[in-house]
Amino acid sequence: MADIPAAGTVPEMRRDEELTTADGRPLRVALRRSQRQLRRRAFYLVAPLLVFLLVTFGWPIANMIAGSVYNPEVAHFLPLTSSAISDWDGEDVPGEDVFAAMAMDMESGLANRTIGRAAGRINREIPGARSLVMGTARDLEDMQPPYREAFLAEDERWGDLEFWRLIKRETRIVTPAYYLLALDFEYNSRGEIVERPEIYQVYRQLFWRTAWMSLTITALCVLLGYPVAHLLATLPLKTSNVLMILVLLPFWTSLLVRTSAWIVLLQQQGVINDLLVWANIIDASGRIRMIYNQTGTIIAMTHILLPFMILPLYSVMKTIPPSYMRAARSLGATQFTAFTKVYMPLTIPGVAAGVLLVFILAIGYYITPALVGGESGIFISNLIAQNMQGTSAQLKLASALATILLVGVLFFYWLFNKLIGVDRLKFG
Amino acid sequence: MKRKTLLLAAAAVLPAAAAVAQEGSLTIVSWGGAYSMSQQKAYHEPYTDKTGTRILTQDESANALAGIRSQVDAGNVTWDVVDMLQADAQRACDEGLIMQIPHDEWLAEAPDGTPPSDDFIEGTLGECFIPQILYATMFAYNEEAFPDGGPQTVADIWDLEAFPGTRSLQKIPQKNLEWALIADGVPGDEVYDVLATQEGQDRAFAKLDEIKDNVIWWSEGAQPPQMLADKEAVIATAYNGRIFNAQVSEDQPFQIMWDGQMFEVDGWVVPVEKSDEQLELIKDYLYFATDTQRLADQAKYIPYAPARQSSVPMVSTHEETGVEMQPHMPTTEKNFQNAVQFNTDFWADYGDLLEERFNAWLAQ
Repeated sequence: MADIPAAGTVPEMRRDEELTTADGRPLRVALRRSQRQLRRRAFYLVAPLLVFLLVTFGWPIANMIAGSVYNPEVAHFLPLTSSAISDWDGEDVPGEDVFAAMAMDMESGLANRTIGRAAGRINREIPGARSLVMGTARDLEDMQPPYREAFLAEDERWGDLEFWRLIKRETRIVTPAYYLLALDFEYNSRGEIVERPEIYQVYRQLFWRTAWMSLTITALCVLLGYPVAHLLATLPLKTSNVLMILVLLPFWTSLLVRTSAWIVLLQQQGVINDLLVWANIIDASGRIRMIYNQTGTIIAMTHILLPFMILPLYSVMKTIPPSYMRAARSLGATQFTAFTKVYMPLTIPGVAAGVLLVFILAIGYYITPALVGGESGIFISNLIAQNMQGTSAQLKLASALATILLVGVLFFYWLFNKLIGVDRLKFG
Repeated sequence: MKRKTLLLAAAAVLPAAAAVAQEGSLTIVSWGGAYSMSQQKAYHEPYTDKTGTRILTQDESANALAGIRSQVDAGNVTWDVVDMLQADAQRACDEGLIMQIPHDEWLAEAPDGTPPSDDFIEGTLGECFIPQILYATMFAYNEEAFPDGGPQTVADIWDLEAFPGTRSLQKIPQKNLEWALIADGVPGDEVYDVLATQEGQDRAFAKLDEIKDNVIWWSEGAQPPQMLADKEAVIATAYNGRIFNAQVSEDQPFQIMWDGQMFEVDGWVVPVEKSDEQLELIKDYLYFATDTQRLADQAKYIPYAPARQSSVPMVSTHEETGVEMQPHMPTTEKNFQNAVQFNTDFWADYGDLLEERFNAWLAQ
């Protein structure tokens, strides 16, 4: 403005002079103030939501992540042993000072009822240690110093170096032990990180399975949802409305009902097998197992998640004018070329939105795999849920597993953003 | 008009709120279904009639351990009495989440004056645990699948030639590993010693491998009777009360195979951090609800054996159908011959590890 001096208008205004409001304050300040007021008002408006999210979302997640590494049991509930063992070299059964400290910790632990938590922590890595610690703690009254001899006489496992090394290692308050377990690694008795024996390896495999099955389900949803959405977008309103209801009705139906319906259809004595037997395609002894395995999970989940693919696709396709295709055809493109070169690229925002929705929903899915997954079709979420119900060590393992899953989802989102760009998505 | 509605609404809500807040209400957590109903009839209703104390029930026992832990961690314990499996109670007790219970001080004596610690069946009282019932998990089969007679022993379950068809087992290592060892020839009283060794665990999993392809897995107690009825499985492990219900109330052609039944105790625990006032109420309820008569009464509604010896002779008939209950009890002599007691201590020690190995085995 100041660059274009117009004759006769505000002659006293110069380039280096600041604009002021009527009461003499600089305009910039006044503007900022009024905008700050607006911003503050906007913030007050979203504040309830923000608080709600923090309380119901941020806080539990922070809690969960903290829980997956928090390791207070040994340090807090065996405090004397923790400090006594710090000088131990780890090569020979510890001396009387450590055993005496353990005896005193046990005594106070029994009175405060905290000894079980320490025992449970040790038991997570050395099964049987729980009853060793609890049993000795209960017999403590009848024992006489020196405790080293008394403990070893009570149970020879007190001479186990692995046990003492574990205690020495886990005096730390923050431990990666649960993340190691969650990735099928563990500490060996010398404190080195090694892979767990094959018979205990399960979590990595479950993570991979969850990922590839979710991808399969997402791909199936694209394959099945794309033509349906296209139909919905192009048919006359009357017909497409009926079709839309067919898409929405299952969407509104309870998840459990839909899952149970698939059980009725797919089980070996179910409707589909009955029909096949009746039509003499298979005989009664050769009924196909279509549920309680991966097939069951993929079929049921594809059906359940399909609307999340169709709806964003539909909303994008609806906005593509049919004249584009006609223009392409009139310029000499074949139907196929017109479709792949013109129509399909225009639907990418819808496909991307659908893929993001379906994949992220699928990767954390719980109830459907639990009901129809059998043993080969369950997801990592099912093991997380199972561990949630268990001991406090299992609860921490569940936290570690859930954190890894969360990081995985965030990584997928980041990758997706890099490849396609989240700002291009259209959810409807 | 609007104001009037508001007033009306307030008037409707206030008495309810007052009733909840009034002293003398107990929140009792249990399993739901027929089991909660039996407690309702045998314990809660008579107690409310006698004392006027309101009893609020919640069907959350399947998540009891996780639930109590999160309430104690949050410092807001709303559950007063919780029905829990003995193994979970052991874990909760170890973690200091539930109260230690002086049984002889809190509970009623038997009618002949026997103190509770002697009256409850041996090995069922826990440091923090008051047993109510003893129930069995065992194999059951659909008679129609085996016209020439069904399996008679645990080893028969593994005999896929003589007894072909799908088996349905619970998707947990507990009990399945024990049965695998029994089928492999380990005597019932040595099962846990064998299972505590690496070789014993290998042996149990190898035995389970033999039938793995013929097994579907259940996770909810309602599933096995349903699977048997649908013939989705011909043999299933199940809780004896569920099978009884299907046999007697639904006329299903199911048979229970009592050989190798594994019995386990279910009972009450009290979460920590109760006010003295509330604790008095809880003690009063427990004194009433676990006495000889009440435990015997519960068996009218569900075929789980009372955990007190003095209640056993008082077990009568099924309230709904008039069926004699004794033959359906897991503790009846004929049924009890090869019974194995589920070892909660063993599973508290080895549960974490074996559950992981079991999941890994399933995922292979």
